[in-house]
Amino acid sequence: MRISVKLFATLGRHVPGAGSGTPFETEVPDGATVADLVNQLKLPREEVKVTFVNGRTRPLDWLLHPEDEVGIFPPIGGG
Amino acid sequence: MWILRVNMNDRIYRLSEVPEAYKNLGGRGTTSTIVYDEVPPLCHPLGPNNKLVFAPGIVTGTAASTSARVSAGAKSWLTGGIKESNAGSSWASYLANMRIKALIVEGQPKEKGKYWMAHITWDDGAGKPKVSFLPADPYTGKDLYEVFPKVYEQFGARAAIAGCGVAGEYGYGNSGIAYNDLGKRPSRYSGRGGLGTVMASKGLKFIVLESKGAPGVAIANKEVFDRGAKKLTEALREHAITKPKGGLNTYGTAVLINIMNEAGGLPTRNFSSGRFEGAAKIAGEAIFEGVKNRLGKEVYNHACSPGCIIQCSNTWYKPDGTEHTSCVEYESDWALGANCGIDSLDDVAEMVRLCNAYGLDTIEAGTTLAVAMEAGVIPFGDGKKAIGLVQEMGKGTPLGRILGGGTEFTGRAFGVTRVPTVKRQSMPAYEPRAVKGIGITYATSTMGADHTAGYTIGPEILGVGGKVDPLSPEGKAALSRGFQATTAFIDSTGHCLFIAFAILDIPSGFEGMMEECNGVLGTNWASEDAAKIGGEILRKERAFNEAAGIGKAEDRVPEFMKFEPLPPHNQVYDVPDKVLDSVYGEL
Ligand code: SF4
Repeated sequence: MRISVKLFATLGRHVPGAGSGTPFETEVPDGATVADLVNQLKLPREEVKVTFVNGRTRPLDWLLHPEDEVGIFPPIGGG
Repeated sequence: MWILRVNMNDRIYRLSEVPEAYKNLGGRGTTSTIVYDEVPPLCHPLGPNNKLVFAPGIVTGTAASTSARVSAGAKSWLTGGIKESNAGSSWASYLANMRIKALIVEGQPKEKGKYWMAHITWDDGAGKPKVSFLPADPYTGKDLYEVFPKVYEQFGARAAIAGCGVAGEYGYGNSGIAYNDLGKRPSRYSGRGGLGTVMASKGLKFIVLESKGAPGVAIANKEVFDRGAKKLTEALREHAITKPKGGLNTYGTAVLINIMNEAGGLPTRNFSSGRFEGAAKIAGEAIFEGVKNRLGKEVYNHACSPGCIIQCSNTWYKPDGTEHTSCVEYESDWALGANCGIDSLDDVAEMVRLCNAYGLDTIEAGTTLAVAMEAGVIPFGDGKKAIGLVQEMGKGTPLGRILGGGTEFTGRAFGVTRVPTVKRQSMPAYEPRAVKGIGITYATSTMGADHTAGYTIGPEILGVGGKVDPLSPEGKAALSRGFQATTAFIDSTGHCLFIAFAILDIPSGFEGMMEECNGVLGTNWASEDAAKIGGEILRKERAFNEAAGIGKAEDRVPEFMKFEPLPPHNQVYDVPDKVLDSVYGEL
């Protein structure tokens, strides 16, 4: 199935062509979780801090569905 | 240590020993206690009976990392309640080095429209600080970027400056106190709550400090202090958010734009949506990339004040590579950007620069512009016209004076119902309908709507200090209460609140902060004492507000948030009143 992915801050550096926050489409197997996507994109696990699916924070074992929008953030803070 | 009273009735000053009851206070603990003890709660904030109190934190001026913060406190001109607003600046360390625990500005000159400067230096012979008063007339009515270099010229490059801009002179509800950053810019602010006008009402334009020859901060137990400072520094260097070239040092605080947008909690076009289509263009990542393009190299952020190892302050550059402004913080970027529907960093930077020049709080300025846009004064998204409105505030035109009155004042002037304020202070950059806990902090804080008063965004959005669902109200009263109490303590230590990202995740860092305080004061505090001591400060602030006529009924978010669902999650603010009341009810 196809899903849309956005990588933010430093994470964009790990996927060639994926600028920070620019959405791109990718294919994942049926039944894939957020963790499977992280592995597939070869993102270093320790740099993955907050994962969103369709605007809601979801854990790594969350099941993905076709056309889901996933946003992945490293540890960040501000105020 | 000294309590230094500067009386503006006739420009005299008095030094006294610190009373026993104040010995272990610092920063916000000091300012809020003195305001509680000495300011009549029903006084007019701009009258002779209000007092403006400055206090360095407990460890400010020492080698403790990221601790050059000063608290300014008074009865607020904006909220009518107690106010503490803190900033990072060398000014804070100078005050601490001269062993001034509190600087209390009292009284008011008879003559209206005349301004003075207080010059505080160390008197070597007498072994104490001394104050001289000089006329400030040449510096009034002017842009602070124009005036700061002249004040440096008058007092020397080693001086540190605090002062108000024209916003304070005009009497605006939106006016801050500006302090110098390390590059001598007038860019560090006790921004919130109209304290610039309280300062101006005392006929005081600048307080110039020079601490040459001063003895520095006395440390009761050096071994304990050093141990604590080491632990805290290690935590800051280790945590991904606070470490060198980490999130804050690379992208600045505006790194939050994208994550708040993704969470549907980035207030957009006067709190009418939680998503802004132009978010990526004004995000911290865009600032980093934009600077890289314009300068041809990567630039990491700098420290606002001496001894900060987090170094989160950025600089924005014009297309020709010259400096435009420092610093484009998340709050400013959001208020003047997303909340006004503006997606141009150049326009946002220009408004930040103007706010610094006039002495305006960027948050209150942006939320005010958005209410004016809602009223149809100018269209949402029109950056050039928005810049024009900020200039009106700087010129003090009739429209500028309405806007300078603040967000709520402007809403009343134009009959707007969607006005995002609590206790007359506007909400910062997190939408309560999408992040329920921060709404509890906004509603119940003694300060009016204020994110820094109890930053539940950590666990609700960032996964720092735990992880909870932002859309659920469950357990959030206790969460907000805990954060508010701990924050009141951190605001008293003199540390920048951003150390919280590291110490909430790394317990030895938290211990280190307590040991630093024990080292300076000779106390024996453990980590669990932080919230207890903070809670006592909150109780005093709350008691002041109640005596000033600000009670439970004002611990509420604006009504429109209870019935207007916010896209994209289409949530209303559904935290029941009794939950809000339990925050202080069970403190
Ligand atoms: S973390 Fe940022 S705001 Fe805090 S003291 Fe350091 S530079 Fe200043």
